Amino acid sequence: MAKKFVVTLLGKSVRKIAQLRGGSGSALPGLFVETIDKNFIKDTLASLPHGVAIISGTNGKTTTTKMVVELLERQGLSVFTNKTGSNFTRGVAAALLGEIDMNGKLQADIAVLELDEAHAVHFVKSIKPRYCLLLNVMRDQLDRFGEIDTTANMLRTIAEATTDTVVINRDDPRLSSELFRSSITADIVTYGSSQSVKHAFPSDDVMRAEKITAATESFSRNDTELVDFEGSTARISFGDQQYETTLKIGGIYNVINAVGAVALTRSIMTERLDAALMMQSLSMVTPAFGRGETLIINDFPCELVLVKNPSGFRLALQSFTPDGYTTMIAINDNYADGRDMSWLWDVNFESLRDNGVAMVTGMRATDMALRLKYDLVDVDSVREDVSGALDSFLAEQPGPRRIYCTYTAMLELRRLLSKKTTVEKVR
Amino acid sequence: MSSQPIRILQLYPDDMNIYGDWGNTLALQRRLEWRGHAVELLAYNPGDEFPDNVDIIVGGGGQDSGQSKIEDDLRAIGPHLKELAESGTPMLVICGLYQLFGHSFTTKDGTTIEGIGLLDLTTIGGPERLIGNIITRSEEFGDIIGYENHSGLTTLGAGVTPLGRVIKGAGNNAGDGHEGARYKNVIGTYLHGSLLPKNPSIADFLIHAALQRRSDLELSALSALDDTVEINARNVAMDRPR
Repeated sequence: MAKKFVVTLLGKSVRKIAQLRGGSGSALPGLFVETIDKNFIKDTLASLPHGVAIISGTNGKTTTTKMVVELLERQGLSVFTNKTGSNFTRGVAAALLGEIDMNGKLQADIAVLELDEAHAVHFVKSIKPRYCLLLNVMRDQLDRFGEIDTTANMLRTIAEATTDTVVINRDDPRLSSELFRSSITADIVTYGSSQSVKHAFPSDDVMRAEKITAATESFSRNDTELVDFEGSTARISFGDQQYETTLKIGGIYNVINAVGAVALTRSIMTERLDAALMMQSLSMVTPAFGRGETLIINDFPCELVLVKNPSGFRLALQSFTPDGYTTMIAINDNYADGRDMSWLWDVNFESLRDNGVAMVTGMRATDMALRLKYDLVDVDSVREDVSGALDSFLAEQPGPRRIYCTYTAMLELRRLLSKKTTVEKVR
Repeated sequence: MSSQPIRILQLYPDDMNIYGDWGNTLALQRRLEWRGHAVELLAYNPGDEFPDNVDIIVGGGGQDSGQSKIEDDLRAIGPHLKELAESGTPMLVICGLYQLFGHSFTTKDGTTIEGIGLLDLTTIGGPERLIGNIITRSEEFGDIIGYENHSGLTTLGAGVTPLGRVIKGAGNNAGDGHEGARYKNVIGTYLHGSLLPKNPSIADFLIHAALQRRSDLELSALSALDDTVEINARNVAMDRPR
């Protein structure tokens, strides 16, 4: 106990100092505690009455995790989560430091954790989750993992380590395959879209091909289905009931993520679930930072849309109309963004052709400009430094703006924008 | 120019389309259109009838799973592809199809997959993936810039020449400094990213070879295009870390 107290105290101090220095306080203190006490996370999470739920997949982890946390909280659970979007083990350790008391006790019923696929594999070696929600396997940072099938194998490792319930997106061809399911010992629960809306969620496999595969039949008796949706209003059915809810979060991909969040919440709450309350709380969830959040700058909205991979970028372009908006695109190629620029060629930018793109920025602004040239989209300015590009972009004619950005570009833009307007602080 | 459109055939776009290989087809299409040629895009997938009068053939890389789906079909059309290559049809094959255009691919567990032997080269599965930005140099095309991501190690035979010498990166096998292979108007390479948009000299080589073979066209040199955007992207890409 004495050691735990010391580790906790030291970790909390490092976290405070990191925050005072202007960081979000996530990775550094986590690394510190991890280094000193390797069992820190395991010991702290082991005591939770509802255990651990892991949310993983290539797209939508942060937003879906936020939804699940808020749904569970409204159902009366006290939830611990890694809110900073620092979805690595260190981020979890750092988040824990902020929540535990000085004796190292975590006052929560359940931990809902967003984990990067590769880190989740590492994480489940020591901590067996009671639940997991697997969203999708899409092309993302292939230069890190090598192949999309490798990513699917990582998610399978998470599913195999899960003790109670594995929630699977049955629309995803890899997650719904016989092979994927064969080694899972926990109960399998599914969610997905109905035949009539399936076309709205193309997978990478039908990226260029026009063919649309038939909706996957549910292979679980306990399914949550997106029956229909229009804009952000979705009809979701489960347990012989149908519910309608309007989301505050834009982007059609978030509609299917919401269905996944409902499926996981149902699995955790079981018969104690207040379904009507859950659907009502779903309509109140706001976007996670940098995931379609809207800031007000000079009296006009400025949307930040995170794009990390071809499917995410395609869905974002499909979800938001460029009409009435001035568009900027910020592409970096840091490790967290992915070094390989090939993904830009798997996105169709024709929808931006009529309005053009006002500014292209980031370390790989020139690659983005080249990509747009071949889709015959006019680009007004190309400027690699994000700060200068942002100033020039905001100085243009007044009106709504939208910025598509990769992960590290989003962090930089938020930092710059926080000097101009109020940007929600991330704990 | 009111001739028949230039027909670009994509090999196995359903199964071998990863890593932005679409950009290669798009680069050829635009650079033809910008010079006043109409373009027709064709797709060939397993079991399809192989189209006639194809001017350029483009093929990409795929997942291992996608690759296993097309192997048998590729061997079936192999003799026809060889005839086309011998008669000078320009082709660009990347990653997975580059390997299968060779004699064989021997995986780490010792299984040998027969290729079509259009290119005189063999590949063996390597211990690690060779991943990162790559620059190679060619006398004909200048510096070739792209991104590689492969575990196969390819060794060239006497019947082909390397596409480029590695300046930065691994190349065919991280050993002999070769990257890619050339035979007549066929180019094989591990560079994706996509290859052609940032390497317009290779795109124009394929286009020129295609136009030259068309009896209905009078061709002198290709007209020059404004490649400022391409050159800017090349310059930045060259300075990025591996």
